[in-house]
Amino acid sequence: MKFTAAAVQIAPVKADYAANIERVAEAAVRCSADGADLAVFPETVLSGYFLQGGVAEVAVTAEQAKADLAERLTGKIERPLDVVVGFYERHDGHIYNCAAHISFSPSDAEILHVHRKFFLPTYGVFDEERFVARGRDISAYSTRFGRFAMLICEDTWHSVTATIAALKGAQTIVAVAASPARGFSGESFANLDHYRRLLRAISEEHGLWTINAMLVGFEGGKGFTGGSVIVDPFGKIVVEGPATEEFILSAEIDLAEVARAREKFPMLADLVSVLEDVAREMQEVNEAECPQP
Amino acid sequence: MPATIDSLPIIRAPRFDPESGELLRINPELVANFLVRFLRDECIRGRGISRAIVGLSGGIDSSVTTYLCARAFGPENTHAFRLPYKVSSPESLSHAREVTDALGVHERTIDITAMADGYLSESEEDASPLRIGNVCARCRITVLFDQSAKLNGLPIGTGNKTERMLGYFTWHADDAPPINPLGDLYKMQVYQLAEYLGVPEAIINKPPTADLLEGQTDEGDIGISYAKADRILVRLLEGHSAERLVELGFEEKEVEIVWKRVSGTHWKRHLPTVALISSSAINEFYLRPVDF
Repeated sequence: MKFTAAAVQIAPVKADYAANIERVAEAAVRCSADGADLAVFPETVLSGYFLQGGVAEVAVTAEQAKADLAERLTGKIERPLDVVVGFYERHDGHIYNCAAHISFSPSDAEILHVHRKFFLPTYGVFDEERFVARGRDISAYSTRFGRFAMLICEDTWHSVTATIAALKGAQTIVAVAASPARGFSGESFANLDHYRRLLRAISEEHGLWTINAMLVGFEGGKGFTGGSVIVDPFGKIVVEGPATEEFILSAEIDLAEVARAREKFPMLADLVSVLEDVAREMQEVNEAECPQP
Repeated sequence: MPATIDSLPIIRAPRFDPESGELLRINPELVANFLVRFLRDECIRGRGISRAIVGLSGGIDSSVTTYLCARAFGPENTHAFRLPYKVSSPESLSHAREVTDALGVHERTIDITAMADGYLSESEEDASPLRIGNVCARCRITVLFDQSAKLNGLPIGTGNKTERMLGYFTWHADDAPPINPLGDLYKMQVYQLAEYLGVPEAIINKPPTADLLEGQTDEGDIGISYAKADRILVRLLEGHSAERLVELGFEEKEVEIVWKRVSGTHWKRHLPTVALISSSAINEFYLRPVDF
């Protein structure tokens, strides 16, 4: 099965949900007109990332985001379009940093899954634990393009999250992020280099597609790197865009490549065959009196 | 004021291009250095032999092999043999001479006509060009093995991956030498190596030929150019089905030529099939690595 994916690298208007929902909807319509079946938007694209206590003022429910987008897409798209969008979400009395996968048809909309950020960075320039609650699950879910999973920013930095997603059947991982540029001594930002390595490693280890949309723009002196990529199941970047600019990436995603990659490099099958021992090891680590670190 | 959505560039992943040779690209310096190490390791360390015996036709494969041997063993320990048959073109001989002159390796010409015709003219006058080619190839390998015994050297194979996969070689002749540096390199990769090693342009630019008849070319025999065959082969061997390649934009007829040749010649890439009788059958039960 094949589908066309777009990764939209844009800068949000800080703390302006209404302006951002308009822009995201407009970009989604453009992606659809261009032939995309899926449009992926970055982490916190509906508000900007660094909001501190302001998250309470911009957070919406996933239903709200769906309805606001549906209102703007109805009559504007001629074929079904799936959208993955990152935003601060209200849910069950908490606020989460989430990514929602919403499937739009010309006349209807359905939330397929909401991933709530699992690893909340709370170090250095980051302070997420203070302002948002932590998601508890890494899920894979079914779409009209096979099994998907979503990861948000630091989720990607822990190989265990992609491993769980792959074990749960993901053939495509959507990785959205907002990463402020750090490390200016190399050819590119050090954290962007790190991202590239991580995203390629995820695809290569598990034989799956990774579609990555990165935020750009400045927020209070912190400039988000951008540098979105789409990576094939062999770990090869099939399309990438420049750091810091706004653009739309477009690539045809062929799920047959997942099977070919996994046949050639059966890392995931090898993992499945030793899973019991891996789980036991994890259990031992978890139960140890002095877990590391 | 944010940019309008309509003004954002759309950056597209490149569409699949059946004409692209990207998958066949090698780093020739890396490959050459690796093959020189391989030759030294297999011959000198593994077998205690530091002299190479190469049949040098004047074509690109044997020229590249001779260049590699000269690097690995030194020109003083590389023996190139020109082994013409009566129909071999004088051009082949002069190209071989260009290589030996450039490298300063030992060169000797042994005409195999009497040897081959001792059988062909005497007993099989009507043999087809294919059969003559096979007889010549087997005469040449006989000479090369004998010269190896005489000179205490090892015959070095010159067959590339493309001809091995297409079965375009004489079984137990071209593939007989115990060491083969080029056997996992497609023809288009051998060209890259040839450019890097400085093989004379005349050799690189001429159409590959088995040199049996005037005007005969490998590509004419096979029915497809090496460039096209390699682009198909490399994908077949990466796990794409023949149907998938047609879907990707390759010519159905060309995919079929390659696929038929590959799937009809698996036997040619193996040792003879032995009837399994015991539970100690060699290479079935009794298993030892080649370098054990």
